[in-house]
Amino acid sequence: MDLSPIWLTLKLAGITTVLLLIVGLPFAWWLSRGRSFFKIIAEAIITMPLVLPPSVLGFYLLVAFSPQRGLGKWLNDVFDVRFVFSFQGLVLASVIYSMPFMIGPVKSALQQLSPALSEASYTLGKTKWQTFWHVLLPNIKPSLFSAIVLTFAHTLGEFGVVLMIGGNIPGVTRVASIAVYDSVEKMDYAAANNYSLILFALTFVLVIAVFVFNKYNTKSPLV
Amino acid sequence: MITVSIEKMLNAYHGQQVLHINRQFASGSITKIYGPSGSGKTTFLKLVAGLITPEKGAITAGTLTWFNAEKKIDLPVQKRNIGFVFQNYALFPNMNVRQHLQYATNDEQWINRLLHLGKLDTLYTRRPNYLSGGQQQRLAILRALTTKPQLLLMDEPFSALDPKMKTELIAELKAILRELGTTALIVSHNPQELDGLADSELVFEGE
Repeated sequence: MDLSPIWLTLKLAGITTVLLLIVGLPFAWWLSRGRSFFKIIAEAIITMPLVLPPSVLGFYLLVAFSPQRGLGKWLNDVFDVRFVFSFQGLVLASVIYSMPFMIGPVKSALQQLSPALSEASYTLGKTKWQTFWHVLLPNIKPSLFSAIVLTFAHTLGEFGVVLMIGGNIPGVTRVASIAVYDSVEKMDYAAANNYSLILFALTFVLVIAVFVFNKYNTKSPLV
Repeated sequence: MITVSIEKMLNAYHGQQVLHINRQFASGSITKIYGPSGSGKTTFLKLVAGLITPEKGAITAGTLTWFNAEKKIDLPVQKRNIGFVFQNYALFPNMNVRQHLQYATNDEQWINRLLHLGKLDTLYTRRPNYLSGGQQQRLAILRALTTKPQLLLMDEPFSALDPKMKTELIAELKAILRELGTTALIVSHNPQELDGLADSELVFEGE
């Protein structure tokens, strides 16, 4: 059995989760503070991957980053970077596609914290960043953990968007979900079953971990 | 001397009303503030702290301008050297008693003294969830003193304390405020409890 799709999937999920932590946390904090029309639009755009067919997102990413024209051509010519049919393309698509799973829970948790916590920290001379790091983030740990695990697990199961922008290149873009599809196409049900079983077990363990972690907070991660 | 001359529109029960304060507070003075609920006492403390922005006016502390609407000066709360005791305490659930104080200062001697003042020296490893209401309130007071503030703003700071603890804490607080030269504005629904502490008063009118 070729395990490279499994390793590639884990690598993609890990990189996506780390990138979304770096990008998503400040973004979630920004969204959690106050409301403006601009923030509503930004939040709607971030939420779109939840309701949009993955193939639609994948199609637009394919068009946007095609090396034949526009942004894709410019990135290819100037920086020698290609997002279509490459691993970095999968990472980009995954980051966009999984963004609501990181930002949503973190933003909601931050909104539920009393504003007085931040205010108290400011009166002690602490900056917004220090307050975020030392006061806000530690007090949303269960939601943060849920967000990290759900982002990782969701990336493991991506199919449509990944297939559209990455195709099916062994060792480069052939992740586990695509390997399942490819195996079924070739009537190799044993291989399809092996990949499916590994994906099922991985995601089940991750989801169980979230529920166990949150048990002590008497909170369902689905809320 | 802290001079406050500000205006702020408030959303009151009967519609909007203007909170207008024009007052000077001598350095080291302790002022008790009282008045009916909804008259803007908490808002006033937050306006002075810089947590809410007034619509008009100015606030100066000595020679330093904290706020001036005309000159568009609005010193951030972090730079005003204030301490604030919140009515709901606003303690950090992730920090134990000692960590609350260590978050604001590295002066371990000062921390130990504050813990002794608040009679929390044996409870320093406990998080707020494992403290009684009175202990939480004392921690909120100690935390506000960690930075040795120029101005201490207290919103109902003694409401959860038993009479004996209140009397002892008020006496020790008075001594510490005098030692630090801190000016204090204390909101209370029970102004009599501050008779031995405050040397002036500010009364808010009802709606």
